[in-house]
Amino acid sequence: MNEQMTNNASNFVSQVDSAFVYIFGISILFLIGITAFMVYYILKYRKSKNAEASHIEGSNTLEIIWTVIPTILVLSMFYYGWSGWRNQQDVPDDAIPIKTIARMWSFTFQYENGLITDTLYVPINKPVKLDLVALDVLHSLYIPSFRVKQDMVPGKEANIWFESGKEGEYDIYCAEYCGLRHSFMTSIVKVIPAAEFDEMTKIDSTALVNNNIEVDSRQAGISVTRKYGCNACHTADGSKLVGPSYKNILGRMRTVIKEGEEIEMMADEDYIRRSIYDPNAEIVKGYEKGLMLSYKDQVTEDEFQQLLEYFRYLSGQ
Amino acid sequence: MSDHTTSSFREVKGKYKGIFAWIFSTDHKRIGLLYLYSIVSFFLIGVLLGIVMKLELMAPGKTVIDPATYNAIFTLHGVIMIFLVVVPGLPAIFGNFLLPIMIGAKDVAFPKLNLLSWWIYVFGAIIALSSLFMGGGPPDTGWTFYAPYAFKTNTNMLPAVLGAFILGFSSILTGINFIVTIHRMRAPGMTWFKMPLFPWTLYGTGWIQILATPIVGITLLMIVGERVLNIGFFDPALGGDPILYQHLFWIYSHPAVYIMILPAMGAISEIIPTFANKSIFGYKAIVISTLAIAFVGYFVWGHHMFTSGMSGTALYTFSLLTFIVAIPSAIKVFNWVGTLHKASIQLETPFFWAASFLFVFMIGGLSGLALGALATNVHLHDTAFVVAHFHFIVFGGVGFAFMGAIHYWFPKIWGRMYNSKLATSGWIIFFIGFCTLYLPMFFLGVTGMPRRYYDYVERFHGPNIVSTIGSWVLLLGLIIIIYNLVNAAYNGKKATKNPWGGRTLEWTVDSPPSLENFEEIPVVERGPYDYRKNRES
Repeated sequence: MNEQMTNNASNFVSQVDSAFVYIFGISILFLIGITAFMVYYILKYRKSKNAEASHIEGSNTLEIIWTVIPTILVLSMFYYGWSGWRNQQDVPDDAIPIKTIARMWSFTFQYENGLITDTLYVPINKPVKLDLVALDVLHSLYIPSFRVKQDMVPGKEANIWFESGKEGEYDIYCAEYCGLRHSFMTSIVKVIPAAEFDEMTKIDSTALVNNNIEVDSRQAGISVTRKYGCNACHTADGSKLVGPSYKNILGRMRTVIKEGEEIEMMADEDYIRRSIYDPNAEIVKGYEKGLMLSYKDQVTEDEFQQLLEYFRYLSGQ
Repeated sequence: MSDHTTSSFREVKGKYKGIFAWIFSTDHKRIGLLYLYSIVSFFLIGVLLGIVMKLELMAPGKTVIDPATYNAIFTLHGVIMIFLVVVPGLPAIFGNFLLPIMIGAKDVAFPKLNLLSWWIYVFGAIIALSSLFMGGGPPDTGWTFYAPYAFKTNTNMLPAVLGAFILGFSSILTGINFIVTIHRMRAPGMTWFKMPLFPWTLYGTGWIQILATPIVGITLLMIVGERVLNIGFFDPALGGDPILYQHLFWIYSHPAVYIMILPAMGAISEIIPTFANKSIFGYKAIVISTLAIAFVGYFVWGHHMFTSGMSGTALYTFSLLTFIVAIPSAIKVFNWVGTLHKASIQLETPFFWAASFLFVFMIGGLSGLALGALATNVHLHDTAFVVAHFHFIVFGGVGFAFMGAIHYWFPKIWGRMYNSKLATSGWIIFFIGFCTLYLPMFFLGVTGMPRRYYDYVERFHGPNIVSTIGSWVLLLGLIIIIYNLVNAAYNGKKATKNPWGGRTLEWTVDSPPSLENFEEIPVVERGPYDYRKNRES
C-alpha cells in the first residue's frame, strides 16, 4: 500500500539509518561475542570436564580494558546520535509552514491560504515546517518513513521540518497515548509535485468550498466533517463510537443530560448548533462529557449550513 | 539431613495461631514469605492481563475485547506489575528473607517496622485495586498517568495514584530498615568488602528508595491540589505545564528501574560463583559499579522525554548521562562472564536461569543504546521497540533473576528440593517463549508501530502473531515452574544445609533456618566467595 522504507522519503532517513546501523552493528557484535564466550566457557569448564576450579579473584588490567573500551564506544554512539539529530533542529528559513492541529482523535492540516485538509499534502524537494498545535491532550506526530516524531503539548509551541525526496503516500501515526481511539488517530502524508502543491495552496480556500456546494450539497457536508476530523468520533451509518451518529439525527426526540437533569428534546437546527458550538452543555444519554471541544470560531456559518444539509439527507428529509 | 538441633522458623510456636502467626509475625523470614505470596498473586494477575492483551493484538481490529477494555487492561498490567510486583519484588522477598542471614544477623534492625512495611504494602495494593470496582471504572491512562489526559478522563485514576503513593511508604521503610541493618548488624569480622554482593545491591537500592520515592508523594499532592482545589500545576487548561508532570514522574520512576534491577544483579552475583565453584571475578569492580549505577541512575530521567520538546541542551546532557550509566552495567556483565573462566561449573537449574539472564539482560541493555542516542530515539520513541526493551530489562532481567533466585534459595527457604529435570524443562520453555514473545516487538518498533495500540495496519500483522504465540509458550513454561515448586514445597526431598556448595553465610545455617537463624553469631574471617579447599569453613 503505502511506501514505507525509502531512503529519500525524507532528508533525515539516511543519517538516522546510518546511526541505526552503527549502534545495532556494535550491539549485535557484542551480544554474539559475549554469548559465544559464555557458552564456550560453560562447555569447556563444566564440572565433568574440569573438576577443579582455579582461584582467580580478578584482574585490574582487564577491569581497565573493559571499562575504557565500552566508554569509548558509547561516547561514539552518543556523538553519532547527537550529530544525526542536530540538523532536525535547524529549520530552514524558506520552509513552507503548515499548521498541524491534533485533537482527540484526528489530525488536520492548515495551509497558508487557509485551506484545511485531513491528509497532509507536501511538495517534493522543498522543506516543509509543521507548526504543531494540540487542542486537548498530549499527542505525538509520527511519520515512521521520515524518521520524525514530535510530541504535541497543549499550550506549547513546537515544530518539525523535513524535505521529502520521493513522491508517494506515507503513514502518519499518533505516538503518544491519547485515550480511547488512540490507535485510530492516523493520517497520511502525500508527497506531490511542487506545481500541484502550489496550485492547491494558492487558490482561495473559501472558493473551493463554495464550488463544492454547487456540485453537491451533501458532498460539501461530508468535506466539512472530514476537514474538522468529526469522523474520528461520529459515524454516518448509525453505529456508535465515542459520540452519537449523524444518521437520523434531525427531527427526532433525544434524551439529554443538561445540568445533571435528564430531559427530552427535539433535535432541530438549534440543537445541532448547540452541539457543535457548546458541546458539553447537553450530553446525549449514554455518552461521556468532556470529550468534545467547542468548534466556535472554527466552523463557519456556511460550513454549518452544509453540515445541516448533509444531516437532513442522512435523516431522510 | 537430621542435624536440626533447634526447630525451624516454621515450626516455632508464637503468640498467634494459624494465619495470624504469619500476618502478625515480626520474623524477617515470615515477612519475606508474606511478600512472596502477595507479590506472586499480583504477578499472576498481571500475567493474565498480559496474555489477554497479546490475544487482542493477534489480529488487527477487534479480536476479543473492545478498545476501552484494552486501554484499561494495559494500564492495570503496568500498575500491578510495576508498583505491586517488580519494585518491591526482590528486595522485599529475598532481601527480607536472606539479608540478615547473609550478614550474620538474627533479624533486621527494626522488625516491627518491617511488618508495618508489609501492612502498608497490602493497604496500598487494596487502594490501587479498588479503582477497579469504584466510580468510573479502572483507569485507562497508562501506568504513567500523563497529564492532561489523566486529569480529563472520567475513569478512576486517583485511587491508582494514591495506591502508588502509599506503596511508596512501604518502599521507603524497607529501604531505611535495610540500610540500618547493613550498617549496624554485620557479623564481627564482616568488613564492608567482605560483605556478599546481594546485600551490597540491597544497600544501593535502599538509598534509591529513600531518596527517590518521596518525589511520588510530592507529585500526588500536586495532583490532588489540581483535581480538588483546581490549582493549575499540570493541566494547561488551568495554566499548568504537562511537561512538569513528566519530569516529576520520571525523577522517581527512572531510579525505580534501578530499584528493580540492582537486587536482580545482586542475586545473579550470588548464583554465578556458587555454581562456578569459584570466586567472583572482580568483586570490588562489581561493588563500585553497583554504587555507580545507583548514583548516576538519578540523573538520566530525561531520556524518557526526548520528543517532549525539551531544550537541545537538556536533550544532549540526558543522552550523554544515559550512555554513561550503561558502562557500569557492561562492567558487571564482563565480570560475570569472566567468573566462568577456568571455573568448575555445576549445570543446575539456578545456573541456567543466571546464564540466560546474562543473555536477555544484554539484549535489554544493548537495545537501550539505540534508545539513548538522539537520532535513533526520535524514531523509536513511544513504539513497540520501547516495550520490548523494557520487558527485556524488567521481565528478562528482573524476572529471570527472580526465577534464578527462587530456584537457588528454594532449599534454604522450604528445606526441600524440587525436581531438577522438571525445573530445567520449565526454564527452557519459558526462555523460548520469552524470546518469541518479545523479539518481534523490536522489529515492530523499528518498522514504526506505536505502543499502546489497540489496532494496527496489516503490515504489522506477522510479527504480532509470532509474539502472541510466544505468550502461550511462556505461559506453559510458567505453569510447569509453579507446579514444580509448589509440589516440591510439600512433597520434595528434604534438603541439606548446603545443597549447592555455596560459601555465603546462609548456607551455614539449617534449611529452613531456625527462628533466630544462628545459635551463635558467626565470626567472618574470609571473603564471601572464597572457594579454595583449605578455606573450608
